[in-house]
Amino acid sequence: MAQFTLPANSKVGVGKTFPAPSGAKDVRAFKIYRWNGDDGQNPRIDTYEIDLADCGPMVLDALIKIKNEIDPTLTFRRSCREGICGSCSMNIDGTNTLACLKGIEEVRGDVKIYPLPHLPVVKDLVPDLSQPYAQYTSIEPWLQTESPPPPDKEQLQSVEERNKIDGLWECILCFCCSTSCPSYWWNGDRYLGPAILLQAYRWIADSRDEHTGERLDALEDPFRLYRCHTIMNCTRTCPKGLNPAKAIAEIKKLMIERR
Amino acid sequence: MATERATGRPRPLSPHLQIYRPQITSVLSILHRATGIALSVGTLMLVWWLVAAASGPAAFASAQGFITSWFGLLLLFGWTFALFFHLCNGIRHLFWDAGQGLEIKQVYASGWAVVAASGGLTVLAWIIGLAGRGS
Repeated sequence: MAQFTLPANSKVGVGKTFPAPSGAKDVRAFKIYRWNGDDGQNPRIDTYEIDLADCGPMVLDALIKIKNEIDPTLTFRRSCREGICGSCSMNIDGTNTLACLKGIEEVRGDVKIYPLPHLPVVKDLVPDLSQPYAQYTSIEPWLQTESPPPPDKEQLQSVEERNKIDGLWECILCFCCSTSCPSYWWNGDRYLGPAILLQAYRWIADSRDEHTGERLDALEDPFRLYRCHTIMNCTRTCPKGLNPAKAIAEIKKLMIERR
Repeated sequence: MATERATGRPRPLSPHLQIYRPQITSVLSILHRATGIALSVGTLMLVWWLVAAASGPAAFASAQGFITSWFGLLLLFGWTFALFFHLCNGIRHLFWDAGQGLEIKQVYASGWAVVAASGGLTVLAWIIGLAGRGS
C-alpha cells in the first residue's frame, strides 16, 4: 500500500539563511533541500540569496556559485553542463529537470530545489539510483541476435528502420521521468517506470534485435509494464523532449498484436 | 547497496507528493480514479432507490424525500459530473490505448476538452432534468 506522507525521519525542517552580499542588485532566493548522514538530523531547507547580476543564467550556475563562494558543503551531481550527461537531474520549481538546462528566469519567485522525488537520499541533492540502475540491467539493454552477422560487412538498417529508434536512443537516463511518475513512487519496487520502459522499447523497436519475443515476455507482467496508467507526467517533464508514455503505449500495443 | 547505511539510521525519502507541481496530467488522472470510485458509491444509492421503489409507497417516499432534499440533489449533481467526466476521460484513454494523442500538446488539449465537455454535459443534463421536473 502506498504511503502518501513522508516517514518521520524524512520530514523536512527549516534550515539556515545565507543573506545576499550588501549592494546586491538583483537578489533571488534559492531554497535548497539539505541532508547529510553525519549529524543525525532530519532534512532541512537552506536559503541562499544570490545576486543574479553576478551569476550565470542556469540553475546549475547558481548551484556551482553557492558551492564555490558561499557553502562548500552543498552536494549535487553535475558534469557536462549542457544536457547530455544526465547527472544534474533534480526537482526544480516543482518539476523534474536538468539544472543545466533550466534557466533561472524560467522560475517565478524563490527557486525551490529538491532531489529527484521518492528516492533514498545519499546527501543533499544526490539521490540513490541503485533501484532504477538495477531495473535497467534487468531489461538487458544490448543488441541480441541469433543469426550470425554478415561476414563481410556491418549489419545494416534501412533509413525507415533506423527512423524507428529516433526519439528513443536520445534518452540519457537522468530518471526525471521515472521519478515524476506517481505510479513509480508507489510501486517502484516492481513497476519498471517510464525511463526503463522507454529503454526496453528502444531494443524492441530496433530492426537488428532478434529477441523481441523474449523482451516482450519479460515485460508481460501486471506490475513491470501495466502499472503505467497513462498519467503522462513522464512526457510532461522529460528535459530532452522525449515521449516515454508513447513508447510504453507502443509496447502495450505489441502485447495485444502478438496474441 | 547504498540504501543500507553502516550507522543503521535509514536514509530519508526525498519529498514527492508534497513538492511535485500539480499539472493537468496528474490532476486529471487522479480525478479519473476518484470519479470512478464516486460512480461505484453512487450506484449503491441508485440500487437503494430502486429497492425502495420495489418495496412500496412508504419506503419509496422516504428514499425520494432524501434524494430530492438539497443534500441529495448535491450528491446527484456530483454524481452526474463524475459520470460525464469518467465517460469523456475514458474515451481519451481509449485513444491513448490505440497509441493516438500522446504528444504533450495533444494531451493538454484533450485534457481541457474533457474538462469543458464534462462540465457542459453536467449543466445541460441538469437544465433538461429540472425543466422536465417543472412540467
